[in-house]
Amino acid sequence: MNGISGERTSVISIRGLVNRFGDQIIHEGLDLDVYSGEILGVVGGSGTGKSVLMRSIIGLQEPDAGTITVFGAPMLHKAEDDPEQLAIRRRWGVLFQGGALFSTLTVSENVQVPLREYYPDLSPELRAEIAGYKILMTGLPANAGPKYPAELSGGMRKRAGLARALALDPDLLFLDEPTAGLDPIGAAAFDEQTRALQQTLGLTIFLITHDLDTLHAICDRVAVLADHRVIAVGTIPELLALDHPWIQEYFNGPRGRIAAAGDAAQKVAS
Amino acid sequence: MTQADADLTERDDAAGRTVALSGSLSLAHLGTLPQRLDEVSGPVAAIDLSAIDHIDTIGAWVVHRFVEAHGARVTGANADARRLISVVGGHDEPTEEARPPLPPVLRVLDQVGTAVHLTLTTLVGLIGFLGATVVTIGHLIRHPHRMRWNAVVQRLEVVGVSALGIIGLMSFLIGIVIAQQGSVQLQQFGMEVLTVNLVGRLTFRELGVLMTAIMVAGRSGSAFAAQIGTMMLNEEVDAMRTIGVRPMEALVMPRIIASVVMMPLLGFYASIVAIIGGGFLCAVSLDIPPVTFIQRLREVVPITDLYVGLVKAPVFGLIIAVAGCFQGLQVRGNAEEVGLRTTAAVVQAIFLVIVLDAFFAVFFTWVGWI
Repeated sequence: MNGISGERTSVISIRGLVNRFGDQIIHEGLDLDVYSGEILGVVGGSGTGKSVLMRSIIGLQEPDAGTITVFGAPMLHKAEDDPEQLAIRRRWGVLFQGGALFSTLTVSENVQVPLREYYPDLSPELRAEIAGYKILMTGLPANAGPKYPAELSGGMRKRAGLARALALDPDLLFLDEPTAGLDPIGAAAFDEQTRALQQTLGLTIFLITHDLDTLHAICDRVAVLADHRVIAVGTIPELLALDHPWIQEYFNGPRGRIAAAGDAAQKVAS
Repeated sequence: MTQADADLTERDDAAGRTVALSGSLSLAHLGTLPQRLDEVSGPVAAIDLSAIDHIDTIGAWVVHRFVEAHGARVTGANADARRLISVVGGHDEPTEEARPPLPPVLRVLDQVGTAVHLTLTTLVGLIGFLGATVVTIGHLIRHPHRMRWNAVVQRLEVVGVSALGIIGLMSFLIGIVIAQQGSVQLQQFGMEVLTVNLVGRLTFRELGVLMTAIMVAGRSGSAFAAQIGTMMLNEEVDAMRTIGVRPMEALVMPRIIASVVMMPLLGFYASIVAIIGGGFLCAVSLDIPPVTFIQRLREVVPITDLYVGLVKAPVFGLIIAVAGCFQGLQVRGNAEEVGLRTTAAVVQAIFLVIVLDAFFAVFFTWVGWI
């Protein structure tokens, strides 16, 4: 670990995580901390277990060993209806890669699902209004509410997924490749939106991405997954100082250099 | 993390009425506050947020809508609250939540029209699909190398061999039931020996093939629709088309061939097992020994009964496969559609099988195979 500012409170803390599928080792002794109020980017080659890591944290995948604490509460080996677990689940939102909207519900109904589930006493009007402003906050047009997911473009589906993830005003947000499959303009807009939401709502974001522009634009720190564990965590300049072939290849490859140049140009301009 | 639930107090002073909120204005602690705020009536000059200890966007929204409704000022808000209220206020424009419903009369008309349209288009589509199947068969006869034998063999196994267990068990039990129910009735006339006629003729002519068809429709027809439907959702079928693989050849024909080939075999197998079931019951409860049972069977069941069953079986197989593949290829949009289409495939297949069975019964009587 890179040991930056240990005094910050960690929202997610993972120690000695082990995940195996049969003979195939995904994680072996993985450690990671996500601090309050930061956007942590998680990168790694295909098959290094980025999604498995996220699924382990949010409880969709039972790891073989290790501990995971979220908001200070241990997450593993707990019954699904444990009240403490439910209270913590309520404090995070997840955006899956394809949006994972319920295809038989409209966008507005999708956003209302978590509200309905956790707060059945909320009046239907208020619930609809909440869904309405959440939809607008994620940058969807006002007429998107009654549309079904199949009627939306890929980018709109992600925004609708984000609106659903934000439905309960979470403190922690998991984003799985939010800009994959978006055009560069849409991806940049999504990045900006994520940053703006993070700042206004004081979110902590766990962001899995392959998008170098996203990493440069919005991530406070980047964690690199390789060799079954997190080999380094830090800001991009800190990572560049490390002498690991994959990291050098990743950030200093042709695409990495272009993204870095764009980032530098933006900083000069602003 | 102990936060007080949100609460409100009203007070009147020189400036007018002030509503003061306290506690945590967050989703988990709102409780009945929104309703209570709705009940506040009369002009309200200000809403005082100085006593709140936490606020989220939902709390901010509740404050915002109150401010909009009463034209009140917000006082005592900290930086957090001011920021959130301005953020949610900035996203306050009328959004559509649901499409406006039609008036009742129009709604009934709309539903009837939709149902009629759907039935007719399905019928036309099914006939068209049958035509496309025939064309594809013609094409494959002219270009036999395009036939996908591997896929055919794989389907033969899934449709036929894997079904042997369940169809055998079902047929055995049906044989027992027919023999048992028949013998109870025939005993009243002292004619329980006629149970053999009943079991033999009924299973070969009707039940063996019909029950098999229903089982195959439920097992394989539904699987065809679900498999092809899921491939439609994943754009796999579109990908096939762009590569130059015809879905009719790659997906539909192997399933149709497997179904047509396997139905007579399964039907025959089912009939035999049902006979064994009937013979078993005769031996156990009617004291008709197996040798007598078989001898009697050979006397009373004409060979045409077997033909009746075997002629019907491939036609039923065709219907089941065509309905399954057709419905699978109609899937558009979402996962629910896969379920609906799978159900439709099974219902249509069984319905058409029974309708055709009735026609066959009349036809075979007419040609003298009675």
